Amino acid sequence: MNAIEVDHLTKRFGTVTAVDDISLSVQNGGIFGFLGPNGAGKTTTIRLITGVLMPDAGSARIRGIDIHRHPIDAKMQMGVIPESSTVYGDLSAEQNLHLTGKMYGMPRPIREERVDELLTKMGLLAQRKYPVRTFSKGMKQRVSIACAIMHRPAVLFLDEPTSGLDVQSRRLVVETIHQMNEEGSTVFLTTHNIEEANTLCRTVCIINRGRIVAQDSPERLRRMFEATQSVEVSFSRGVRKDFFQAEGIIRAEPCGDKWRVYTDNPDRVVKYLVSRADRESLGITSLAITGPSLEETFVQLTGCT
Amino acid sequence: MKTPVVFLRGILTICEKNILLYYTKPPVLMFGILFPIFMFLAFFVGRNLDLVLFFPGFLAMMLFFTASSVGPLITPWEKREKTYERLLSYPVIPESIIIGDILAGAIFGLGISLIIWIVSTLFIPMHIINPALFLFTFVLGTIACSSLGALLASPASNSPPNVMIFSNLIRFPLIFISGIFIPLSQMQGLSLALASCSPLTYVVDLFNAAISGGSFFSPLLDGGVLIAATVLFILLARFIQVRNLVKGL
Repeated sequence: MNAIEVDHLTKRFGTVTAVDDISLSVQNGGIFGFLGPNGAGKTTTIRLITGVLMPDAGSARIRGIDIHRHPIDAKMQMGVIPESSTVYGDLSAEQNLHLTGKMYGMPRPIREERVDELLTKMGLLAQRKYPVRTFSKGMKQRVSIACAIMHRPAVLFLDEPTSGLDVQSRRLVVETIHQMNEEGSTVFLTTHNIEEANTLCRTVCIINRGRIVAQDSPERLRRMFEATQSVEVSFSRGVRKDFFQAEGIIRAEPCGDKWRVYTDNPDRVVKYLVSRADRESLGITSLAITGPSLEETFVQLTGCT
Repeated sequence: MKTPVVFLRGILTICEKNILLYYTKPPVLMFGILFPIFMFLAFFVGRNLDLVLFFPGFLAMMLFFTASSVGPLITPWEKREKTYERLLSYPVIPESIIIGDILAGAIFGLGISLIIWIVSTLFIPMHIINPALFLFTFVLGTIACSSLGALLASPASNSPPNVMIFSNLIRFPLIFISGIFIPLSQMQGLSLALASCSPLTYVVDLFNAAISGGSFFSPLLDGGVLIAATVLFILLARFIQVRNLVKGL
């Protein structure tokens, strides 16, 4: 049995089809990345799968339970972190967590133990009694995450969990995702941060204009576009763009102190770069052939730049 | 875990959350407590009215305002604060949220109205001829009025002031057509027809039956209409809130 199964899910708002006949499945214990540009339909999809919205067609099952036919039973299996860090600002961090625990029927002693554990983990123990409205965005997001994992859900949904966070909070979010996954939770993550999806997820699904355009592991998705490879090179001194005008080079872009040279024939380009550098008495400080990045795959699939 | 247990637990937890968050909000204090007291002072003080005669109406008015003041605030407030989506992601369904809101409003109305009744009995000689009916009216009246409050929260708005204005637009006219200031026995024709359309009329009438025994309609009819109105308000609130769900997320 898969943790999440989505079957021909469709949602229309007036004449706009926000989610168009989407089907996907997420295995138990996986980290699934749902990637797409702004307005692609990521949030609508997550709202449909978590039972916040009703679909116009199709179904979604959480651990085999249809979320729209048996919403209470299905929701007991999951924790959700919505797009905006939505916790009750007038309640303290502790009250927010207790409220969540009560919703899931956690007995008081277990709740108290879990609240202490999570507040310590999130670095909020000293502020446990303060109203959440006095917290920074990062702190609010930490409370939101703590609420979502309070009852140790089997499936965890995160909608853009690191969006707009400082480095410390972002790191804590990523650590928490990893830890929850290690403890057995399946993670469904929407993001438009390609690097995040690349490092966190075992499977990535790319959505554009409400339709799934690709679904596979980040590595395999990259390989789909292997026709375009790149050579990363850096020299002992700076070179101009016209240095890279040669047969076999599609384009060249500066990338930090390096140049990324796109080609369909990396062998030929490497030979050219070495001989040209030798002719101009340039030292090559680094040289590497790389496949297309997930970002390039994403750009090619969605047509976004 | 059995689904009905989770359903009931959701209602009670939502009610507790509402009590913690909304009882002290200024619009609730203003329109739930201060306003009906000012109305009482404006209409009854210095007018040589028979307080015993008008007390059932006053009590019904207090109960109506207090019980229906919490509901209209909750949903728009949650939508504005973006907490509504989290609430929907908990193991609850729209009915749990609506009934939790109604329960919070009813407890507020019941509590404040009971305090007012207890304090009033210190100053006004009050004899209740049917205590069971009086208690029944208190409970059913608060639930019916609170359901109206939940219905008034249903328009697709995330602006609490707009919803409070809308709810007052509905609530204020009701107190003038429901037999509070003009007894039902003195009404006829259009005014009586209008009074029959207001749920508050039946609360006033039931209080009259419980306190003095002089009701205009049969208490059975009053109770039946209030139960039917409560069910109707809940169903309408559910229909409108589900239809408007996406607008507030």
